[in-house]
Amino acid sequence: MLTIVVDRAKCEGYGQCVLESEDLFELDDDGVSVPTSGVGDERRDDAERAADMCPMQAITVS
Amino acid sequence: MNGVVVAGGGLGALRTAESLRASGFAGPLTVIGNEDSMPYNRPPLSKGALLNGVDVEALEFPRKSSVDDVDWMVNSTITKTDLTDRLLTLDTGEAVPFDALVIATGIRPRRLPFPGPTQGRFVLRTAADAAAVRARLRRELNLVILGSGFLGCEVAATARALGAHVTVIAADHEPMVRPLGDELSSALRRRHEAQGVHFRLGHTIEATNGGDQVRSVTLDDGTELLADVLIEAVGSVPNVEWLEGNGLDLSDGVETDSAMRVPTELAPVVAVGDIARHPNALFGSAPRRVEHWSIPTETGRRAGQTLAQILRGESPSEAPFTAMPSFWSDQYALRIQSFGMPGLATDISLVDGDLNGPCIVEYRDPLGLVGVVGIDRTSDLIPYRKEIAARSHC
Repeated sequence: MLTIVVDRAKCEGYGQCVLESEDLFELDDDGVSVPTSGVGDERRDDAERAADMCPMQAITVS
Repeated sequence: MNGVVVAGGGLGALRTAESLRASGFAGPLTVIGNEDSMPYNRPPLSKGALLNGVDVEALEFPRKSSVDDVDWMVNSTITKTDLTDRLLTLDTGEAVPFDALVIATGIRPRRLPFPGPTQGRFVLRTAADAAAVRARLRRELNLVILGSGFLGCEVAATARALGAHVTVIAADHEPMVRPLGDELSSALRRRHEAQGVHFRLGHTIEATNGGDQVRSVTLDDGTELLADVLIEAVGSVPNVEWLEGNGLDLSDGVETDSAMRVPTELAPVVAVGDIARHPNALFGSAPRRVEHWSIPTETGRRAGQTLAQILRGESPSEAPFTAMPSFWSDQYALRIQSFGMPGLATDISLVDGDLNGPCIVEYRDPLGLVGVVGIDRTSDLIPYRKEIAARSHC
């Protein structure tokens, strides 16, 4: 299982992660990205791509 | 084995190094950058970091552990390269041999050669540039910005937040007009004017005036404007000089194929980021340089795969390159986001909202949706992005 963490203090709600992988992230009512839980290892490349594309570099995947 | 040398120390260099490792290249890897910091995020330099102060360590990109063993050379300028001998020369005279080369030296701000004092003239590309500008910005400062692209407009918005008097001078007839088109750029100009920014569009600067320090600028119609600080944001020049003499086409950056390979028989060479003139199958066969934030990551990822394959003796993947260009811009409380290549459109239409408020604008060419721009409509852009990605490859 992947651990995807969004640093809420860094996230500015650009939504690039949602636009890259809409099933892995969504914006909450505050406009902050929330990662989907229970994502399998087979999605690592997609999750890392979304992390790379974050303008604020607020996402870590492990 | 001399391994791979990455020329340039920005985002494209980092992503290429990470991709080389992810693609199985385990040999020596050297990155040569001419700034004094590790790769850092540039977009905040005209936005939050310019407003709140520049802390380059806070802007550094997290680096994957796979590149912990990379030899990072900072403050190092490459003066020439010899692809036949596979050798770089630094300004210190030091020679650096390589088996394969990654061209990631990016761009620098274009400077216009008008006469007059130069103290008080600034550009905004590096963290050092931003720190120098930040040290000068204050309330009541007379700031003149030359250039009305995204960079010039972001600096204008930030400087207004700091209380400066801001005038934007540009040859174009509306700000950001080349990517956005007349109607949206006109609406955005009015939003800037409502925040107190003055525009002198259709003009350029003939000279700066003052003693050693710029005090004013003279426009091409003879108008003189007070200027304590002049920021020049009139585009960029690719850093290709160090590649001369190797038979490469350096007319606008470095041309590559869709695998980011540079056409030369002399050595395995790839190019990434702002300097790479690469084709994108979503937008026709013509290779283009695209100075969007997403491009160093996308081209670096592909170039790392390509080079790892070549160094294993395999043929690189011939798959088309179809990365989605994306950019964003924050001006005041406005969030402008784009996907695709709106500047290629032949037909532009407002499809949702109001140009003076949250809105979505479609950009079409004869093949369909080529770009989309949203203002304060982040999540709503998903279907448009998908439609652009589904364009038939040409």
